[in-house]
Amino acid sequence: MTPFSVRLFARYAELFGAEQVEVMLPSNARVADLITALRLLPGGAALPAAPFVAVNMARAEPDAPVSPQDEIALLPPLAGG
Amino acid sequence: MSFLTSQPIDLATLALSVAAPERGAQVTFTGIVRNHHAGREVVSLGYSAYAPMAEEICAELVREAEQRWSVQVALSHRLGELAIGDVAVAIAVSSQHRGVAFDACRWLIDELKTRAPIWKHERYADGTAAWVDPTAAGGAISSSR
Repeated sequence: MTPFSVRLFARYAELFGAEQVEVMLPSNARVADLITALRLLPGGAALPAAPFVAVNMARAEPDAPVSPQDEIALLPPLAGG
Repeated sequence: MSFLTSQPIDLATLALSVAAPERGAQVTFTGIVRNHHAGREVVSLGYSAYAPMAEEICAELVREAEQRWSVQVALSHRLGELAIGDVAVAIAVSSQHRGVAFDACRWLIDELKTRAPIWKHERYADGTAAWVDPTAAGGAISSSR
């Protein structure tokens, strides 16, 4: 198991009470595993079924692989403009 | 170029940056902080962003629009605390003739709203506040702050 760092923004930063959290995952983890681990953290139960995960600043689907070196971010529904 | 700014947006300066003698048309869009949302009185709001990704998305949108319509684009989105009437976002598009400038400007604001990682936190006259969620039924969800 390896620590994966996840950046949080806006409503999700409020949910988790932090702008960054760490989850422990196997090094061959996928985005879906990351979401499952985030749900287990305090505040994580309120996440929607399929939250927007960005890996290295691009949208990543649940079956996409993630590595501890990636920049991972959990993005609430977008509301710019 | 930086597309996100914590300083007030000056539409005239933005428009001037895409002006050129061969471009006879210029279309601008200005998004302004509104005093109501989903039936509630808004007193102020705050914009935040995943800045490096939002900058990258804005750069992509500008490139896409400039290639697709042969236009020149300037775009600026405000971050931080804004008051009613403040300019939240401005887009200026110039082209040789008006048709493509209208098309590109409309496309840019629509795409910006759905692709740029930017968030809006509204504060209401009744003292409550909420994160705006365009995918939610009421358009906003409760917030602890």
